[in-house]
Amino acid sequence: MRLVQQLGEWFDERLQLGRTLREVMEHPVPRQTASWWYVFGSAALTIFVFQIATGILLALVYVPSGAEAWNSLQTLNQQIAFGWFIRALHGWGSNFMLAVVLIHMAQVFLFGAYKFPRELTWIAGVFLLLMTLGMAFTGQIMRFDQDAYWGLGIGASIASRVPVFGPALVNLMLGGPIIAGATLSRFFALHVFVIPGLLIAFVGLHLLLVLKLGVNEWPMPGRIVRRATYEREYHELIQRDGAPFVPYAVWKDIFFSGFILLCIAACALLLGPFGPSGQPDPTIIQTAPRPDAFFLWIYTLLSYLPPAAETPIMLIGPVIGILVLLALPFVAGEGEKSWRRRPIAVLTILLIAVALGTMTQLGEHTPWSPVMDAWSSDPIPTEYLKGRTPLEHQGALVFQAKQCHNCHSLANDGGKRGPALDSVALRLTNDQLIRQVIQGGGNMPAYGKNLSAAETTALVKFLETLHPPGQEPARDASRGVAVGAIEEQPSPKQR
Amino acid sequence: MTSPESPDLSRRGFLAKLGLLFNVGVVATLSAPILAYVLSPASRKSNAGYESWVPLGSLDHFPSGQTRFATYRNPVVHPWDGETADIPCWVRNVDGKKFQVFAINCMHLGCPVRWFPQSNLFMCPCHGGAYYKDGSRAAGPPERGLFEYPNKIEGGTLLIHAGEMPTPVSRACNKSELVVIDS
Repeated sequence: MRLVQQLGEWFDERLQLGRTLREVMEHPVPRQTASWWYVFGSAALTIFVFQIATGILLALVYVPSGAEAWNSLQTLNQQIAFGWFIRALHGWGSNFMLAVVLIHMAQVFLFGAYKFPRELTWIAGVFLLLMTLGMAFTGQIMRFDQDAYWGLGIGASIASRVPVFGPALVNLMLGGPIIAGATLSRFFALHVFVIPGLLIAFVGLHLLLVLKLGVNEWPMPGRIVRRATYEREYHELIQRDGAPFVPYAVWKDIFFSGFILLCIAACALLLGPFGPSGQPDPTIIQTAPRPDAFFLWIYTLLSYLPPAAETPIMLIGPVIGILVLLALPFVAGEGEKSWRRRPIAVLTILLIAVALGTMTQLGEHTPWSPVMDAWSSDPIPTEYLKGRTPLEHQGALVFQAKQCHNCHSLANDGGKRGPALDSVALRLTNDQLIRQVIQGGGNMPAYGKNLSAAETTALVKFLETLHPPGQEPARDASRGVAVGAIEEQPSPKQR
Repeated sequence: MTSPESPDLSRRGFLAKLGLLFNVGVVATLSAPILAYVLSPASRKSNAGYESWVPLGSLDHFPSGQTRFATYRNPVVHPWDGETADIPCWVRNVDGKKFQVFAINCMHLGCPVRWFPQSNLFMCPCHGGAYYKDGSRAAGPPERGLFEYPNKIEGGTLLIHAGEMPTPVSRACNKSELVVIDS
């Protein structure tokens, strides 16, 4: 023990850091901030350090080469002791880091921590969020599997839409004319050198600001932030009701950080590493690429935007979003901090959470994607075929053979791209069905050139049987008048 | 530049500033090759070499009136590109003489489209874009038809002018009109 003390003294005599360190550790914080609400920032830092450590461990084996990356991940997964576990730790660490960063951001927003004089802390935080997202995206590319390959294609498609510079940007992003080895190399440089370097710098700035300005006090309804008086009031609060950060508040940070690491380890152990999915071979086209969980909402957004609005929203939307975040402390730099008196702030958080949650959930199910094998693997339910005429059966065959089932569901089987057809006969008359099949429209291809007259007739006859029992199918009341005689209506069929 | 109170300091201050200026000059000189290096994938000089005529194989592989899957090795390739340099495409033999070669990439976000000969449609698994057999847009979010490679036939072999990943703004685009039929 004495030896340790002597060693410590020997180093401190030369480094002279002891006093500074002690001051940092014992800097006073308002007592109320020693709360479980204030642990997310330190947890994010812990995960960041954890990610650096596990990232270095992976780099011991990983080969950042287009031809070898996928194979080296297989080696990590299958052959090296606990290689799969380190991959899983890094992958789950990434998910947890994004989640904790987002929670931290929502918390400081709701606690008004971005207000005077902590504007710069917030701005550094916004950049830290962007870099964390950048790490998640480039990390997904390190996996260099099918999803990474086509994800890069999606990125290139978006970049190509930038006016004037689009094509040059695509080449710059891919490092050449196609997605290939050069693409992986540059994303490796971004993931391992550029973004982590920036992250370390910004984390340093962020922490320095927290130390210099003091941690945001617990917001009390009615305690208003004013530029002229805030710093004096904060100083008085610290004098009156402050406590040293170590050990008064730090124990909660330490426990929560440990808990988060334990959660990451548990997820890694129980759920394993992410992929890699199939080889990055573009000639294997039997694939439905999809981004990682945190980008699924973008995938959803891109499928629901009207085509004409897509390019402007894709290009301008993120810029506006970032500008709004950066402008926030300047627009609302003073005033009420407590979320109890800021209903719009609470609603904003709820709205964003619900929107992102809903879009992520939709991204899991992709109802907008055709089910590419429904025509050959999802049969038409038997009750839809019982007691039908040969012509109607023929129509059912056309329905399957022409891939209608890929976009239209029957009894919940098949694609959800187009409307379910279980009761289509209630909505469309015979004429309307024929017109819809032949001309398409409303997001459906026209089948006029691809169906013979006989096939169309049979298909429409089958579609006319699709209505609930006891409900009459739609019919054109004027038809009898137009034809000059009352047509005999087919009696409603029982399903 | 100079401070009148302290001639000595001002001389040193001037030298320090001169030193900084010197460094700015060095960095500026160095930045030209660095920028050229960083921007080289997008420079016009290398762009011109990206595309060339690539053989897709004998015409026998592409029966008249049918659309078939084909792959080619990208003309610009490095040993470390691996299988990513094998590029797929769809070849349509229109009438035995005329050919259409479509890029695999959907013109919405670049996912690989699949051909369904039964319904004569290309369908995209991502967001449900659909195209007719001639590559024109049929339905879904794409704003235009499939990208079409220029092609020619030499000595019984089908060649296409390829080498760069097609994106929605690629130059040699399929000129087919946007097909919109309202219901």
